[in-house]
Amino acid sequence: MSEKIAHIEEHRDDEASKFGMWLFIFTELLLFGGLFLVYSIFRAQYPVSFHEGSLELSVTIGAINTVVLLFSSMTVAMALTAMQKNNQKLAMILIGITLFCAAVFMFNKYIEWGAKFHHGLYPGSELMHLLDRGHHLYFSLYFFMTGLHALHIIIGMTLLFVCLFKVKNASINNKDYVLLENGALYWHLVDLIWIFLFPLMYLIT
Amino acid sequence: MANNTTHTIEYTTLAKILLVLLFMTFLTIGITSYHLGSLTVTVALLIAGFKAFMVLTNFMHLKYESVLLRILVALVFVLFAVIVIITFIDYAFR
Repeated sequence: MSEKIAHIEEHRDDEASKFGMWLFIFTELLLFGGLFLVYSIFRAQYPVSFHEGSLELSVTIGAINTVVLLFSSMTVAMALTAMQKNNQKLAMILIGITLFCAAVFMFNKYIEWGAKFHHGLYPGSELMHLLDRGHHLYFSLYFFMTGLHALHIIIGMTLLFVCLFKVKNASINNKDYVLLENGALYWHLVDLIWIFLFPLMYLIT
Repeated sequence: MANNTTHTIEYTTLAKILLVLLFMTFLTIGITSYHLGSLTVTVALLIAGFKAFMVLTNFMHLKYESVLLRILVALVFVLFAVIVIITFIDYAFR
């Protein structure tokens, strides 16, 4: 008789996995929430300066970025649907499109920040120090909030790259896709933050 | 051992949600180009709030999740609102 090694079924709790991701998302919401709070207090105190500051930003690029992120949110949600329907190839294509959208966003961010840097406007620069309080606050918040958001885009991209490889080698499949679900949740969070960041930074009248 | 019983959202549904979100985006840009004074911020934030609601309920699946999770998400937003209100009250009385 061959000895059979008892195969211990790995305990998996997908519901708990997802719950854990949501708990993390709560902390992220409060992180950006705190920054939005700082923004709103200072905007209430310096409404004209904030308006003037926003004129330096390109609404066109901001709008393109908004459209790109919303589209990428749809594609990653579709990737999950594809995985649930056991369509590995489609899931990979959709995750790929999401990643491409993320890259477009980062490229636009590079153009926007590059333009600011070119004009001598960056955290700690001489020009920044010459600005009056209201303008200084606006641009400090602009760099900090969009910068932190961009960092989250990079983290999200990393997560989605991992998901892409795992879909490829079938460790994410239609029986076990909670990792993709959680990666998608993080991506939607990044989109959610931008949904508020765009009007508050770019569309101030 | 808990199976993944997440509800599957159809591709066409997701596409429709995107169209709504894109419409809301252009609506925001259009509205903020008019000078509605102090009302502009409120309108822009309301639209943004609605977009966020669409993303949360549909893309992030909350529509199909457990009641517990939905209540918790709502609570986090309520908590944030309370913090903002209290801070503004504080500043108003300085």
